[in-house]
Amino acid sequence: MAKADQEVGGGKTVIQQANKTVGFDSDAQILVMEQLCKNYYPGAVELKVLRDIELTITRGESVAIMGPSGSGKSTLLNMIGCLDRPTSGSYTLGGNNVSMLEDDQLSLIRGAHIGFVFQSFNLIDQLNVIENIEIPMFYQGFSEHDSAARATELAQMVGLGDRVGHRPSELSGGQQQRVAIARALANDPLIILADEPTGNLDSQSGADILEILDRLHEQGKTIIVVTHDDNIAAHARRVIHLLDGRVKRQEYKDK
Amino acid sequence: MHRLRSTLTTLGIIFGVSSVIAMLAIGEGASQQAQQQIARLGSLNIIVKTVKPPEDQKSTTQEMSMKQYGLTYTDAERFQNSIPNVRIVVPSRRISQQVRYRNRKVSTEILGTVPWYTDISPIRILRGRFLSSVDMHYRQGICVVDEQVVTELFAFDDPLGQDIKIASDYYRVVGIVSPRDSDRTGSNIKDDVSSTNVGSGANVGTIYIPLTTVKDRFGEISIQVSGSSGANIEKIELQEIVVKVNAANEVLRTQGVLETLLERFHKKNDYQVVVPLEKLRLAKESARIFSIVLGSIAAISLLVGGIGIMNIMLATVSERTREIGIRRALGARKRDIIIQFLSETLLLTLTGGVLGILLGSAIPFLVTYFSKHPTAITGGSLILAFGISAAVGITFGLYPAYRAANMDPIESLRHE
Ligand SMILES: Nc1ncnc2c1ncn2[C@@H]1O[C@H](COP(=O)(O)OP(=O)(O)OP(=O)(O)O)[C@@H](O)[C@H]1O
Ligand SMILES: [Mg+2]
Repeated sequence: MAKADQEVGGGKTVIQQANKTVGFDSDAQILVMEQLCKNYYPGAVELKVLRDIELTITRGESVAIMGPSGSGKSTLLNMIGCLDRPTSGSYTLGGNNVSMLEDDQLSLIRGAHIGFVFQSFNLIDQLNVIENIEIPMFYQGFSEHDSAARATELAQMVGLGDRVGHRPSELSGGQQQRVAIARALANDPLIILADEPTGNLDSQSGADILEILDRLHEQGKTIIVVTHDDNIAAHARRVIHLLDGRVKRQEYKDK
Repeated sequence: MHRLRSTLTTLGIIFGVSSVIAMLAIGEGASQQAQQQIARLGSLNIIVKTVKPPEDQKSTTQEMSMKQYGLTYTDAERFQNSIPNVRIVVPSRRISQQVRYRNRKVSTEILGTVPWYTDISPIRILRGRFLSSVDMHYRQGICVVDEQVVTELFAFDDPLGQDIKIASDYYRVVGIVSPRDSDRTGSNIKDDVSSTNVGSGANVGTIYIPLTTVKDRFGEISIQVSGSSGANIEKIELQEIVVKVNAANEVLRTQGVLETLLERFHKKNDYQVVVPLEKLRLAKESARIFSIVLGSIAAISLLVGGIGIMNIMLATVSERTREIGIRRALGARKRDIIIQFLSETLLLTLTGGVLGILLGSAIPFLVTYFSKHPTAITGGSLILAFGISAAVGITFGLYPAYRAANMDPIESLRHE
């Protein structure tokens, strides 16, 4: 944890996209949602989880999404991460209309351009630190040699260079979340999505994670964080408040 | 992870695969044995043997009795003259005798037969010649010996041209042949033969003498004194008549004619007809039944094993729902998930397959050891067994893998 302030991502690694079947425009407006709705049908009643979302996020932004429980924050974040498709309206990511993409193409976009960080870390228990970090690279067709080298580099970057052979269960929560961040960075994505990344951590570990995210933002990554915590939201330049699936208001902060 | 559980589920595959291996090994062994028998007995031959009629065997051993039974010279002539499609008829008569050369003695089997005996028997002429029609005509005192007799009787001398003494007469050796297979009738009918055999146990080798000469010097019939306590005198003209036909499709028809003929002239049931082709058919039939039984066991075990594998894979998939969600979020396509679970299933079934091959290779040895049934494991059956376990893996692994791949990523991630 003492290493949290080390130079994050000191070496610029260029990842070659193994698969070019999906183009990706990294223009300024990386993400555009227009009248986006998401309904669930858990029973007879239709559940409108997201309603008429109008949202544009530009490249390199740092955004926090806030709102009460059940307001649709996670649903929105999953939508941004192409884990889901809108019920209506349009969602354009990197120039692609997500509704029109095939399942394999969504997988490719997730793997190559998006890095997920979850509240509950979501590491695979049977794999060690290096192997966990390697997963996204495996699906992009990296050679075993290249991905192992990059995974080691990333583990060092998040301050876990001495823990590469450990299983997740042998690590503290903060360390596990740092592995998750390293994994999210494996394919050098443009966008990092974090759903309450500090929700399961003590304040010190949480602070370490936020510091890493801040560094990543400084390096030009687009960071979108879901949180309940005003202090965490304070790290972001823009805060989106959700209520009942609608964008209630947005705050912009100039620093 | 679940080593015990996985091992238990692969048991079905192990048993299935080993049944396949055992089934093929037993089938292959039976077919090889049948083929060897055919090679020994000749597929175009119909062999008629003299057997002791059943009522004789019951007769008391105390009283003196004199029985004549068995095949006769007339039978041989009838076969030759009244059965169509007959190529050759080879009568033979066997006598157990002591043979002397100089100061050496050996007990052998004297086979009185005809020159065309070589057409129905797999013996090869190594040196000299076999019996000739001239020998037959002039009832020559000559003989042909086989290699076993040579080693027993002639230490260093060249047997060709030497005279050996059988009973009270001398015979000149004119040829040397390879030994007749001692087990020439095959294991299954060995017992039938020994009933008429002339003290087969102690005899070494065979000496061939023209049938006419045997008639001349040993009389028309051979008299055997048998029975341990009583004195049963048995008169037998011929021990065996082999009829050879021209083509395989004539065998069964000729057999029918032959049997009708024998029934008409033999009141007693003192003969036995052996058809090698028929034996081959029976061997194939019994191997087929064996294959059906083992094949059903194999099919059932593989089915049960496959369902077990499917079951454990479905359990694994639902246990690892969250992992699947994570992998999907990190860029795995549906097909990546399918490949992952399918290869895990394959690993299970192929491990089962390898263990099954090991177990299955042991079974035929046990079968051969305890039942004397011949077996042969072929490389092809091992490849087939491996292929079967792979096929089971793919068949029963596809559905669980497909289920895994089609789970909704978000729901999988929320799964606890
Ligand atoms: N797959 C689903 N089926 C039915 N309802 C769903 C499904 N996913 C989410 N919901 C519902 O949608 C609403 C929004 O859920 P979501 O997880 O986005 O909320 P959230 O803002 O992230 O809440 P929290 O702060 O508690 O995480 C909730 O009412 C939830 O029950
Ligand atoms: Mg949530």
